[in-house]
Amino acid sequence: MSNSIIKVEGLHKSYRMGTSALHVLKGIDLDIKAGEMVSIMGSSGSGKSTLLNILGILDGHDRGDYFLDNIKIQKMNETQAARFRNNYIGFIFQSFNLISFKNAMENVALPLYYKNISRKKRNQKALEYLERLGLKEWANHLPSELSGGQKQRIAIARALISEPKVILADEPTGALDTQTSYEVMDILQEVNKMGITVIIVTHEDDIAHRTQRIIRLRDGIIEMNKKNGHFQAAASSEVFSTT
Amino acid sequence: MFNAFQEIFSTLKQNKLRAIMTGFSVAWGIFMLILLLGSGNGLQHGMENNFRGTAKNALWIWSRQTQVAHEGLQAGRRIQFTDEDYDMLVNQFNDDLSNISGRFRLWGSGTVTYKNEYGDYDLEGVMPEFQHIQIVDMEQGRYLNKIDLEQFRKVAIISVPVKKALFKEEDPIGKYIHIDKVPFMVVGTFINPERRDDEQIYIPVKTAQRVFNGGNRLNQLAVSTNALTVAENKRVEEAIRSTLMKRHRIAPEDKQALGIWNTLEHFKQAQGVFMGIRIFVWVIGIMTIIAGIVGVSNIMIILVKERTKEIGIRKAIGATPWSVIRLVLSESVFITTLSGFFGLVAGMGLLAAVSMVLQNIAEGNPGIERSFYNPTADLSVAVSALVVLIVAGLIAGYVPARRASGIKPIEALHDE
Repeated sequence: MSNSIIKVEGLHKSYRMGTSALHVLKGIDLDIKAGEMVSIMGSSGSGKSTLLNILGILDGHDRGDYFLDNIKIQKMNETQAARFRNNYIGFIFQSFNLISFKNAMENVALPLYYKNISRKKRNQKALEYLERLGLKEWANHLPSELSGGQKQRIAIARALISEPKVILADEPTGALDTQTSYEVMDILQEVNKMGITVIIVTHEDDIAHRTQRIIRLRDGIIEMNKKNGHFQAAASSEVFSTT
Repeated sequence: MFNAFQEIFSTLKQNKLRAIMTGFSVAWGIFMLILLLGSGNGLQHGMENNFRGTAKNALWIWSRQTQVAHEGLQAGRRIQFTDEDYDMLVNQFNDDLSNISGRFRLWGSGTVTYKNEYGDYDLEGVMPEFQHIQIVDMEQGRYLNKIDLEQFRKVAIISVPVKKALFKEEDPIGKYIHIDKVPFMVVGTFINPERRDDEQIYIPVKTAQRVFNGGNRLNQLAVSTNALTVAENKRVEEAIRSTLMKRHRIAPEDKQALGIWNTLEHFKQAQGVFMGIRIFVWVIGIMTIIAGIVGVSNIMIILVKERTKEIGIRKAIGATPWSVIRLVLSESVFITTLSGFFGLVAGMGLLAAVSMVLQNIAEGNPGIERSFYNPTADLSVAVSALVVLIVAGLIAGYVPARRASGIKPIEALHDE
């Protein structure tokens, strides 16, 4: 498991629903190499969001092993989990989840606040990332003043600023129109080119086809896990300019 | 630190009105606490003014008639102190007493005159040590001294009201007044802080006895003890009482023949009352603040609920539970300390104003300074109030902070 960034073996997870238990993940085996771009598909209730939450250490698992960057993730307290998330993982959500009363720059800078980086330094770095995403002139705007695509780009900047090893995106294009979705996917592919592993949960085929590998879940087990034959590289690298 | 403040401000700005309304309850609590404590201080200062002018550990000893027949002597015998009683106190209680003075009062000894002015004044023969028992402020000249006493000098010190009555604008020092036609030289003028308006004249006790046919008689004895505690003072009091009773052959069960006023005991009793008042004031003040705390806590809980999603986001991107607790606690402490500070300043300001008004009233009416005077809350009160505030903020923030730290990011981010 030399260069696998995420390795999952026999992963089980169930939720207690009153008296009965809901068995959501029924033995997942997964190996994602560093620098891969993978999509996880499946209908609602297939367990894909649960899997993403476990991979993001937002939730614990019942049985099986999970290695993140060759470190075994076991039951840990919230403080340790927060450190892991802060250092290894960047999240991108369907509903963007920006903090409404903070402007674009402050939103992007927030993960660095939890790394105890000074205000001046983190704002400077946030501006850098906003510039790379073409949003520098929007730095002082509140999320409510921005379009969906702009909000998602800010969320991506926020996910990137702590220089994570893995980006976990939960339906990142779910709230966007097709054109904007493709733009966001272009950016994610650019991010992937920088060497960051990208895992996208989606139920849209055209989005999944922009990734190198598609994992399809059904009823808590992996139904299909194969290289994407239709893999399309990014149309252009102008959207996300690496500087 | 600055970072943290930025975080607090940006969230409080979101809920300006609510923060102000919440803060008001805390400000009010502190305002009331300061007012109450200040008033308590005012009452206490008034009480202490009553004791000013007397050594705190003074014993005042006087005699009356016996009530009980004893050792073949009949009841109704008048007890008379003499110089021998004074000598006995000096010899036997030297270790316990710091100052001893015999007192010889002159009743109906005629008028005091100076030139064409005359009047009837409170005349008393005392010893130099009396200045440490009944403390007076010398306005001019000096107190009576040992040489005055030993040489039977005819000198007198007069209180300021006497000076005003006899001398008007004249300088009395070195002038002679006539007491029952006997000339006495005025060597000093004084103010008795306990009885500012009293017309008093002190002369050396031996001179008084010799000039006014006193023989070796004394009317009263006054001492100040070395005692620091009430118990010790009480012990000295009892020792003196029993010795004097034996000397004068008074029945042990006779409670009337000998009177001793124990200043320290009464002072401590009064102090005890004020300690009680102070505790009472703190209890009420803290109750008021608790109402404020509940208010702040309530608002914070609602705020945390409203911010569930934001806190979830913060946790997802790396906020530790502790940092979330800190976020909520610091907001709560910030609200309480800032608003409490306003209440503190307002309370102190009002007290200062009242204090000034009272001082003006006291100029013309000395009675007021004995009942209510200088109602300030001192620095220590302000500091303890501030400590109370911070603790209040922490308590108010505790429950909401616990709730906030318990928020699970998946659940918080789920509802959309």
